Amino acid sequence: MIEVKDLKKSFGDTQILKGITTSFEKGKTNLVIGQSGSGKTVFLKCLLGLFEYEGGSISYEGKNFSKLTRNEKTNLRSEMGMVFQGSALFDSMTIAENVMFPLRMFTKQSKSEMEDRVDEVLKRVNLDDAHHKMPSEASGGMQKRVAIARAIVNRPKYLFCDEPNSGLDPKTAIVIDNLIQEITDEFNITTVVNTHDMNSVMEIGEKIVFLKNGLLEWEGSSETIFRTENEAVTNFVYSSELFRKVRKMYLEEER
Amino acid sequence: MKTPITYLHNIGTYFIMIKDIFRRPTKWSVMKPLILKDIDDLIIGSLGIVAFISFFVGGVVAIQTSLNMTSPIMPKYLVGFATRQSIILEFAPTFISIIMAGKVGSFITSSIGTMRVTEQIDALEVMGINAINYLVFPKFIALTLYPFVISIAMFLGILGGLIACVYGGYGTMEDYIEGVQLDFIPFHFIYAFIKTFVFAFLLATIPSYYGYFMKGGALEVGKASTTSFVWTSVMIILVNFLLTSLLLG
Repeated sequence: MIEVKDLKKSFGDTQILKGITTSFEKGKTNLVIGQSGSGKTVFLKCLLGLFEYEGGSISYEGKNFSKLTRNEKTNLRSEMGMVFQGSALFDSMTIAENVMFPLRMFTKQSKSEMEDRVDEVLKRVNLDDAHHKMPSEASGGMQKRVAIARAIVNRPKYLFCDEPNSGLDPKTAIVIDNLIQEITDEFNITTVVNTHDMNSVMEIGEKIVFLKNGLLEWEGSSETIFRTENEAVTNFVYSSELFRKVRKMYLEEER
Repeated sequence: MKTPITYLHNIGTYFIMIKDIFRRPTKWSVMKPLILKDIDDLIIGSLGIVAFISFFVGGVVAIQTSLNMTSPIMPKYLVGFATRQSIILEFAPTFISIIMAGKVGSFITSSIGTMRVTEQIDALEVMGINAINYLVFPKFIALTLYPFVISIAMFLGILGGLIACVYGGYGTMEDYIEGVQLDFIPFHFIYAFIKTFVFAFLLATIPSYYGYFMKGGALEVGKASTTSFVWTSVMIILVNFLLTSLLLG
């Protein structure tokens, strides 16, 4: 479980996060949504420890991240997997080498053990025949799946995804969403996903956190988001005609 | 606009980066291939251009020296002597280093900068890896072989001078070789290689600093490479002056 209390972060005179308090439970797919500039990526990077924050605290299983020693932070980070918006695959390595990288860094497994694990994970993300391709030879959807494979290869306790569906066609986006959901359930990990994609919100949002101007505006789930009267949430989530219709149908069905 | 505080901040960040190069080392099994790859990219990959430039500049130095020796009382062996001194003391260690700041320095800045832009460095940090050690240490180790490049530059520069001198009709081989051997001071080699080691350190670290700490997108990678070349060259010239004053002054 990840607990965030009164998290504050500024860049120069601009305060990006103005005191966010929330929590992300184990075994759940947690979504962080909000308009561009609402602070989602900064929030995620604070969770990962890539940005230092001025106020508040982030606790992993009750351990305050900022109070951990350097070694404890390194150990904790080895339990995190991250899928970056642009996949962030290492250009100079093949897909198999990218996935194997965390194992080479953090385990003492033999080469054959690592290769077996890479085979297993690549199969899990439906990329059994892409081992020797370079990242530049893979499509956007494939790169995202490789990034997911790399993030889960070392059996992390926490999975973070920054806009995993950006730049993908709707069908591939659904594949990625389902994969994230399945992995979360299968490995019972805490997953936090930053997204703009309303399909993801409807499909996999077991917990949804809505940020606006660096503040937590609303939290709920893919069920309660249909019933919310919060104007900021409804303006954002139901900005398209399609989703307004979906919501209307859902509410009519419920009645 | 950059203020003196910005410059001080950058210098401080640079020294913190240098400390971090040696902190929390990456596993040797991972580091070894990185070092070998960097030796290939930075050292072996530079031999061609270094050899080409050294050979022809050596030739030009010999021709220029010969053409400017107008007095008949000046012995012909001075061509070899002047070429040797120019090549060993300045051309090979200093000017090859400035050329390397363009070739190797830009390569280091752009490759690390691209990793920054595409979040590959963030990916390393999220995994708990000391990204500075992972990225900069192999380059630092690879560039400890830089004196080998400079030795080749020295040899080819003097050889280029010999060939230009003899085949250009500016003097005989015996005169040139006599000049090359004349008043040889072994400390000049030591001085040249001390400079070379210091320049190798600058070549590994300044471009890495500009790549690692760059902000922005693809356009900024180009700007960072240019800035890195300028500052590496400036530092090589300044350190050259300082070391020359200390060691030969």
